[in-house]
Amino acid sequence: MSEFATTNHYGTETDTRENISRRRTAGTIWRYVFYLSTSIAVMALVILILNIISGAFGYVAVKNTIEPETLSERGAPLTELSSEELIAILEANVSTGLLRRLNFEEPLAERSLDDLVELVRIRVVNPQIEETWNLFPSIFNRREIDEWMNTKAEPGTRLEFRVWLTARFIVSPQNPDPQFAGVRTAILGSLWMILITIVFAFPLGVGAAIYLEEYARDTFVNRIIRVNIYNLSGVPSIIYGLLGLAFFVRIMGPITSGAVFGASATTDPTGRTVLSAGLTLGLLILPIIIISSQEAIRAVPQSLRESSYGLGGTKWQTIWHHVIPASFDRILTGAILAVSRATGDTATLILTGAATVIFIDPRSLFTQFTALPIQIYQWSARPQGAFRNVAAAAIIVLLVLLLTMNAFAIIMRDRIRKRRLM
Amino acid sequence: MSESKANSTEFKHKIKVHEEIIRVMLFASAAASILITVGIVVILGRESIPFFADPRVTFREFFGSTRWQPQIEAFGVWPLVTATMMTSGIAMLVAGPIGLFVAIYLSEYATQRVRSWLKPVLEILSGIPTVVYGYFALTFMTPLLRSIFGNDIVEIYNTGSAGLVIGVLIIPLVSSLAEDALSAVPVSLREAAYGLGGTKMETALRVVLPAAISGIAASFIVALSRAVGETMIVSLAAGAGPNFTFNPFRAAETITGHIVRISGGDIGYDTLDYNSVFALGLLLFLITLTLNMISRRIVTKYREVYE
Repeated sequence: MSEFATTNHYGTETDTRENISRRRTAGTIWRYVFYLSTSIAVMALVILILNIISGAFGYVAVKNTIEPETLSERGAPLTELSSEELIAILEANVSTGLLRRLNFEEPLAERSLDDLVELVRIRVVNPQIEETWNLFPSIFNRREIDEWMNTKAEPGTRLEFRVWLTARFIVSPQNPDPQFAGVRTAILGSLWMILITIVFAFPLGVGAAIYLEEYARDTFVNRIIRVNIYNLSGVPSIIYGLLGLAFFVRIMGPITSGAVFGASATTDPTGRTVLSAGLTLGLLILPIIIISSQEAIRAVPQSLRESSYGLGGTKWQTIWHHVIPASFDRILTGAILAVSRATGDTATLILTGAATVIFIDPRSLFTQFTALPIQIYQWSARPQGAFRNVAAAAIIVLLVLLLTMNAFAIIMRDRIRKRRLM
Repeated sequence: MSESKANSTEFKHKIKVHEEIIRVMLFASAAASILITVGIVVILGRESIPFFADPRVTFREFFGSTRWQPQIEAFGVWPLVTATMMTSGIAMLVAGPIGLFVAIYLSEYATQRVRSWLKPVLEILSGIPTVVYGYFALTFMTPLLRSIFGNDIVEIYNTGSAGLVIGVLIIPLVSSLAEDALSAVPVSLREAAYGLGGTKMETALRVVLPAAISGIAASFIVALSRAVGETMIVSLAAGAGPNFTFNPFRAAETITGHIVRISGGDIGYDTLDYNSVFALGLLLFLITLTLNMISRRIVTKYREVYE
């Protein structure tokens, strides 16, 4: 301030002008900083999605163990062969032990033509992946791929464009070979788990929310319950995983493995079942459901309750016939958001022992299972390129599943709202 | 007449019992949340007592040693803690400023139209499962870091890549909580600042921001707690194997990463490994619980209340 003392309190006119233009520049710079930060956040999402799409397509260099044309005497491609010829090829090239197993699963003579072609492709032709490229390198870096083919590829290696996310990928069970791997067991495992989680956590969570909003007075116990729910919502999912491991898998093992109910011998005796995982995830999302349902119930206008009381309704009648219907759309949206959190959760599943190598579909509460996030984790962790591609395809399946659930929530919500307006 | 009166009291009594049963059931479901907390504390405590009681482990070693190698019975927790500090520290360096700036942009600068698409985009970002972020860290961030800094400097698994991606994951958390705090500042404060000749940026940074500082601090702490507990990104991208290092380009295993790796296989009950996982879980639980309680404290205690 002292240097301006000679003129006036605010300095000379030039000082003021300089000051204003400096402030404006600072304002502009900061505005761009805010723009930039926001675009970084949006760009991150765009790059994330492009990166996944890029992983699910692209060129592969494949080398067949046996060329399919050499298999039949006519030299015809596999798809043009008859069942008898295909069976003959299998009998000539596959070990007797495997042949017996295949015949045991379903006699070769009774299998469909497509099935036999697939068998010959997997067991006899047995293509080996030498190298893979993602979508963007495949499009923009073709020269490098050609160079690899010319210099590093062994003779007989072909370059093929692969779409990793196919209908076959979705409906086939797991396979140790990434080319023939599928996510059917994982999708079914995830669906079983979601179902258990909803059945367990939804009524409990909504019930707790109703109590806290409609019944609870500001007593010591109720205040503790409130703080506790807030704290629970911040507990990392891996802690819930530890809880599930020690409680549902180990202590409750006889129940969660189905041993007490005399479940069949094929089930897992250790309690590492879809039931344990579903219950653990139920605990994980319980606080989220409670908090979102509380907000939904709080939004119901007091006048609605008062008019119900005025007509002689009891507390529960008021809640059941007025408060819940009026808030059900929001309760549902919150619950589905919580369930999508459970669907994508991986740490809990690893700890409660979702198995990674499962070839059979889950059939009961007491079966061992695998789930989509587990598959993605396992495949991503493998160093070979092809597993990364399969992981990307599985990620797309998971994201589509989550998107469908959320779209379903929005449609249901709108439908309920419309009905209420009528 | 008297018969109908008797019926009516009977009816009232029935309803009363009915209502009471429902109330008790609802209270039970609310109280179940307490059981979860009790369950967590009891289980973590019960399973980690054998770990600390074991002659091969001492309390002093656990908190004093910089080596965690269960194979040679070295159980110093520091390498896991420093790796956790590295990943969550880097994550906060990314998400702190970016999340805050996004929040300022959303609450002070963005038009209604921009907000209507930007907020759902941020929600999508926070709704993507973390295992997908792990894939992203491994297949995008790590190759990017390696191509910038060189393959000999950046290891295939490194805490830097994991930290950066956790940062992306928690940007929406910081931005949405901080935006709530900024939007709660009354318009009259902004108008007063404009009336005194403040520019938009001066109003935002020198008036609105200080007024919302408690909510912003709370959002940072909640985000930090989330970063500390983050599991899948670190177990895919940060490395497998405890390593006492502060170099973000080297592999190191965090608390959560270690828990997942050890318990991912077929772990035998009542082994030292099994119990050590629960001891680490207890430590993690206490850290995140403390952070969450601090953030709640800040919000309730230092909140500026306007009429």
